Amino acid sequence: MTVAINPTQSGEPVFYLADEHPHPEGYSTSLGFWIYLMSDCLIFAILFATFGVLGGNYAAGPAPKDLFDLNLVAVNTSMLLLSSITYGFAMLTMQQNKVAQTQMWLAITGLFGLAFIGIELTEFAHMIHEGATPQRSAFLSAFFTLVGTHGLHVSCGLIWLVTLMVQVWKFGLIEANRRRLMCLSMFWHFLDVVWIGVFTFVYLLGVLR
Amino acid sequence: MSPDLLKLIFGRLGLESLPLHEPIVVGTFVVVALGGAVLLGGLTYFRLWGYLWREWFTTVDHKRIGIMYMILGIVMLLRGFADALMMRGQQMLAFGGSEGYLNAHHYDQVFTAHGVIMIFFVAMPLVTGLMNYVVPLQIGARDVSFPFLNNFSFWMTVGGAVLVMASLFIGEFARTGWLAYPPLSNIGYSPDVGVDYYIWALQVAGVGTTLSGINLICTIVKLRCPGMTMMKMPVFTWTSLCTNVLIVASFPVLTVVLALLSLDRYVGTNFFTNDFGGSPMMYVNLIWIWGHPEVYILVLPAFGIFSEVTSTFSGKRLFGYTSMVYATVVITILSYLVWLHHFFTMGSGASVNSFFGITTMIISIPTGAKMFNWLFTMYRGRIRYELPMMWTIAFMLTFVIGGMTGVLLAVPPADFVLHNSLFLIAHFHNVIIGGVVFGAFAGINYWFPKAFGFKLDPFWGKMSFWFWVTGFYLAFMPLYVLGLMGVTRRLRVFDDPSLQIWFVIAAIGAVFVFIGILSMLMQFAVSLLKREQLKDVTGDPWDARTLEWATSSPPPDYNFAFTPVVHDNDAWWDMKKRGYQRPLTGFKPIHMPSSTGTGIILAGLATAMGFGLIWYMWWLAAVSFIAMLVVGIGHTFNYHRDFDIPAEDVIRTEDARTKLLAGAK
Repeated sequence: MTVAINPTQSGEPVFYLADEHPHPEGYSTSLGFWIYLMSDCLIFAILFATFGVLGGNYAAGPAPKDLFDLNLVAVNTSMLLLSSITYGFAMLTMQQNKVAQTQMWLAITGLFGLAFIGIELTEFAHMIHEGATPQRSAFLSAFFTLVGTHGLHVSCGLIWLVTLMVQVWKFGLIEANRRRLMCLSMFWHFLDVVWIGVFTFVYLLGVLR
Repeated sequence: MSPDLLKLIFGRLGLESLPLHEPIVVGTFVVVALGGAVLLGGLTYFRLWGYLWREWFTTVDHKRIGIMYMILGIVMLLRGFADALMMRGQQMLAFGGSEGYLNAHHYDQVFTAHGVIMIFFVAMPLVTGLMNYVVPLQIGARDVSFPFLNNFSFWMTVGGAVLVMASLFIGEFARTGWLAYPPLSNIGYSPDVGVDYYIWALQVAGVGTTLSGINLICTIVKLRCPGMTMMKMPVFTWTSLCTNVLIVASFPVLTVVLALLSLDRYVGTNFFTNDFGGSPMMYVNLIWIWGHPEVYILVLPAFGIFSEVTSTFSGKRLFGYTSMVYATVVITILSYLVWLHHFFTMGSGASVNSFFGITTMIISIPTGAKMFNWLFTMYRGRIRYELPMMWTIAFMLTFVIGGMTGVLLAVPPADFVLHNSLFLIAHFHNVIIGGVVFGAFAGINYWFPKAFGFKLDPFWGKMSFWFWVTGFYLAFMPLYVLGLMGVTRRLRVFDDPSLQIWFVIAAIGAVFVFIGILSMLMQFAVSLLKREQLKDVTGDPWDARTLEWATSSPPPDYNFAFTPVVHDNDAWWDMKKRGYQRPLTGFKPIHMPSSTGTGIILAGLATAMGFGLIWYMWWLAAVSFIAMLVVGIGHTFNYHRDFDIPAEDVIRTEDARTKLLAGAK
């Protein structure tokens, strides 16, 4: 808040605000959400670290080379990257106050997210079917937990996305909803960044190993 | 009913889960049940439920939430201390072929519960409660950044405490020590519910702690009143900021490591197992990456309290404010670079151990700087030996001893001898009791008149002080001796009769501390009865220096009728010196957050989910989880979370204070 706090013209110091404007609603939200994201980032950091330590412990079981289908993962990655772009379009149309178009881009984002989750679950099912279960080795425990935690985040994001679409539909692009869409936007892009880490560190480096 | 159906409904919970074969637990249960019945009956009889629900349980007022945290901490202190007395009794008796009175199954639960409760449900609530109460007042704010979240965080902490308490009577608690190292804590060696109680109690409470950390950071960064630059913040606010940064940057680690342990236990993954590539030492590393910052999470706010108290009761500006702030920040950063000193004996090699030994020793430099700052603040001050100052001086003497034994333990070769010995136990009790507990008591005695409008009784306060301090030394100095002689921690029976005398002395010390705790409860009761004599209408009973003393005691809901403007570190002192006149007119409506029951409902559901997961009642876990989603999402459909306190109400409150102040003159 920028307020003149120097002595008034009469030289008397000012010790309180006679005319005060309360902080606008959601004044701390973006900072708070950023800090939350960083704490979430730490969760992923620990899971990456765990994967880094245990990721080579195959216990005579399958290794990344035997399991990962990079083509499938590339398709999956593109799903998530595209969803980030379409979320960006949703934010742009939100700035222009176009409710219908915002909803449309949000829906497309949701579909890409759903496709991502679907492909990931297919991949998991395939691996489990081949006996590469989370119980098989420390490598697989760490793999399923890291990738699964990311998938769980995307799923939560999807539930949140649907909730927000309902709220935009019911109440319009009011200030509170814009703020919420902004938070979800940060969350969504954050998951994208994390996925790039997963793709590089787990899949690409895993196949090279 | 068929066994299958029973299993579906109750999971692995059955009549045999109730510890009916443990007379001590049954006796405790009878006492607790009677006490609980009297309490609940009394609340019903006096028709207090509605009042409690409206004014306390659903409140989003940071002051009331702070008080509830303190009550939680003090209640849990009684439980945690009962465990301590039992251990001291057992170790005193179990000599010369005697098995003592606690069997191994029970004793192992007692020492685990003692550690878990004292750290998570005593020290954390006391520290969080003080921060919650004081920080918004010190920075001239009306509430925290996210008042609803604050209420939710508190009830999640309560949920965790409820689960730990439930384990006393339903099933059992972990028998692993307070950090539940695998492989002992893994399903193979701990197939019972104990470790699951541990995991879910900490997960539920941990969510609350993390959120309250985010909340207080935002509050301090965003809601400071005009003029309060970062370097004009009171030191307690600074240490709170650093503590909450540490919380946000360390509790997620605990969350993950406990989640991985639960996966090992529930799903059969191999993170911390001995086979299939798992690594138990991974757990030890990860949990201490949380665990060491946790120590500083607890002690930094205590340092802040001592700073406020020292400068107030010496009648002087704090010596070396800037160095105090930097020391706090340096400790915050260094606390992440020392975790390995908890397990030098793991065998990481000389270079790794030296690195962590040296970083550990470096921490004593900023801490020492703080100590000198407090001493120089007292130097040539007019020191008033009121209770908060007495606790502060006891802290300075005690903490220095604890700090020096800590530096000793930081030397890896010495640690190889002292690792997991009673010397270590003596060391960390020395710093946690001498630092955190004494700090909390200094804070309680210091801010109690702010919260309730009357001071705490000095006689019983001094009784409590002297019994606590002498009790502490009697209880823990013998442990240093025993540790140097090679006695390790968590032992239940002893062979060497020459050791017994030290345990007897320690037990006497524990009894002294017990009298100290009773005196403190007595102090609260007596003060309540004598509240008219102990009354303070000025709002500033100690002639203090920071903003919280500028408003009435207890402060009105809105804290300050007008947001203060700050020009100096000691803002209130500056206002008093420069002839600040309390405004009597011009009041306006004040925008405030409204109460909500969503926090307590969500936390209740989370606790039920935890209980379901502990006992394998999958339906309960699933139903509670879905209910949480529904309630949580439903809450976001409420867009009207604020209201205005009408100007008339503000005028009425402020006029009442004007009358009180006039009467006092």
